[in-house]
Amino acid sequence: MPEVLKAPLVVEFPFTRSLGPVQSAFLTGLRERVVLGVRAGDGRVLVPPVEYDPVTAEEIRDLVEVAPTGTVTTWAWNHAPRRGQPLDTPFAWVLVKLDGADTALLHALDAPGPDAVRTGMRVRVRWAGERVGAITDIACFEPYDGDGAPEPTGHDGVFDDLVTGIVAPARLDYTYSPGRAQSGYIAALAERRTVGERCPSCRKVYVPPRGACPTCGVATAEQVEVGPRGTVTTFCIVNIKARNLDIEVPYVYAHIALDGADLALHGRIAGIPYDRVRMGLRVEAVWTDGARYPDHYRPTGEPDADYDTYKELL
Amino acid sequence: MSKEPVAVVGIGQTKHVAARRDVSIAGLVREAAGRALEDAELTWADIDAVVIGKAPDFFEGVMMPELYLADALGAVGKPMLRVHTAGSVGGSTALVATNLVASRVHGTVLTLAFEKQSESNAMWGLSLPIPFQQPLVAGAGGFFAPHVRAYMRRSGAPDTVGSLVAYKDRRNALKNPYAHLHERDITLEKVQASPMLWDPIRYSETCPSSDGACAMVLTDRAGAARSPRPPAWLLGGAMRSEPTLFAGKDCVSPQAGKDCAADVYRQAGITDPRHEIDAVEMYVPFSWYEPMWLENLGFADEGEGWKLTESGVTELDGDLPVNMSGGVLSTNPIGASGMIRFAEAALQVRGQAGEHQVDRARRVLGHAYGGGSQFFSMWLVGAEPPTS
Repeated sequence: MPEVLKAPLVVEFPFTRSLGPVQSAFLTGLRERVVLGVRAGDGRVLVPPVEYDPVTAEEIRDLVEVAPTGTVTTWAWNHAPRRGQPLDTPFAWVLVKLDGADTALLHALDAPGPDAVRTGMRVRVRWAGERVGAITDIACFEPYDGDGAPEPTGHDGVFDDLVTGIVAPARLDYTYSPGRAQSGYIAALAERRTVGERCPSCRKVYVPPRGACPTCGVATAEQVEVGPRGTVTTFCIVNIKARNLDIEVPYVYAHIALDGADLALHGRIAGIPYDRVRMGLRVEAVWTDGARYPDHYRPTGEPDADYDTYKELL
Repeated sequence: MSKEPVAVVGIGQTKHVAARRDVSIAGLVREAAGRALEDAELTWADIDAVVIGKAPDFFEGVMMPELYLADALGAVGKPMLRVHTAGSVGGSTALVATNLVASRVHGTVLTLAFEKQSESNAMWGLSLPIPFQQPLVAGAGGFFAPHVRAYMRRSGAPDTVGSLVAYKDRRNALKNPYAHLHERDITLEKVQASPMLWDPIRYSETCPSSDGACAMVLTDRAGAARSPRPPAWLLGGAMRSEPTLFAGKDCVSPQAGKDCAADVYRQAGITDPRHEIDAVEMYVPFSWYEPMWLENLGFADEGEGWKLTESGVTELDGDLPVNMSGGVLSTNPIGASGMIRFAEAALQVRGQAGEHQVDRARRVLGHAYGGGSQFFSMWLVGAEPPTS
């Protein structure tokens, strides 16, 4: 049995966020070295602020400034910081109740080791040198002995030049494996053979194979070589260039039922003007050296297949 | 024990637009929910549970956004559920909420669906580069266009039918203040002259990308009795699923769609949908899906759906109006699109649809589908309560 394939899959995108009035004021405040909370209906000051009262669901907009100093309410030591985290040396994740606030804010505390951190310790904001209106404008918190703290100025949360949006990059790292059946399919393709699997129950041949039949719910193991020729069952002509695809437009994207397969696979048709491609066209794979998949499919020159022979394979 | 009859007593939508940069996601859903409560003349305290839906988290990149939306939707201290069935999610979300009332678990439920497409990347989210796979086509249009061609071949429909649907839906949207696209200078010639993107699908025959939310307040008989405006009554509702691709799948008229409609009609005692149902809000993201779904939903025999479109039956003043609101072709905040269909069906039987109201709409079908035509959800609502 061929080796089961594995490869890294990184999913990454810079998402944009509209902030709405409350987060907009909060992040603009950080840019100006002002920490804002919002006063809820019961009088508590929530930091970070929210748009709607967690008790009454009413809209809340009464912004109040709190101090850049506070008390650690709980913490956890991070031995091995990962990319994108606030500090690149080991640090403590802390919940900090800032002076004047009734709820705690999550952030990082720069400390030499876990022995230097305790619940109840006093900390203060270490501002980032360059501030843009983001939570990272607070570089981190640092231990603080209680002297020389700046007092809140009583800021009302009204600013010129508001930050209204942020970019929030997201990234997920996976190890992807196509599994036993598809690994075998890919190994056979390296020999320019197309091998599917037959369901022991409904006898349908799946190409590419999935290791199981989606309608019968049973494992598939019996290998069946299909093709090399097939029939275009349906298609579209793609006229817009996709960012992630290096294919010149227009091109024909087709469903191709290889002879012996009970499900069409998808491929590009070339070797014929795009506007002469038709349902029923007989085609065969065209390979390029080193490629995992056929580059495209081209006409075989056979007469077109009769509609009745492929109408169940659209 | 029989089921509790379920009524729609409040409906709220945002004005759907390309980008709502003035609000957060919380602000967006709040706007729709607030309008639904206002319509029902209820407050947050009157709501027993919240059921929310949207497209995959990956679209906006907020994992489990329902957690952070609990306070915006007054859900603190109440049950809150998230439903997830791709493009059909707006419909299935409403049905999950419906079932909570029908089973007498809750008396009054707020249900809501949203998408902030301007802050998402649906095309990217749907076309992740998977290792060892061959990237061939990007986005939903390329996926669905071959199925449209298959329908054209199978039915023999003239290739102008798609443009007729787009022209109708865009004109209907002009009568709906909440619709995203308001193309006041639309003409059939313009639709037919628009660029061919994924032949046979033209640009003007595709849906836009919208920011929007839709909310409904569902309640029991006692709640309906207190409703300040006429309720819409649930006569039947169902969901069905099937795999994306399997040997024997009918991509033009999926079996799951047929089964779903049959279940709804059985519940509602409908034997002749074409004559017993007055109008339809169906999920048509690409124009040709109107004739395809007309057949799938039993309004026309196989291969005959396009004749209803071509002869004007599905026009706003036709015998079976389809997508009076302008449909998905005019407004598409993906996760909300299914719920908008359901809500617009309810608006019609409540007589609250304004300029796009259909005369004597007594029974209207709301329909949604999602994934690779694999998830279906539908409801039939009526102006009168169910008889059994």
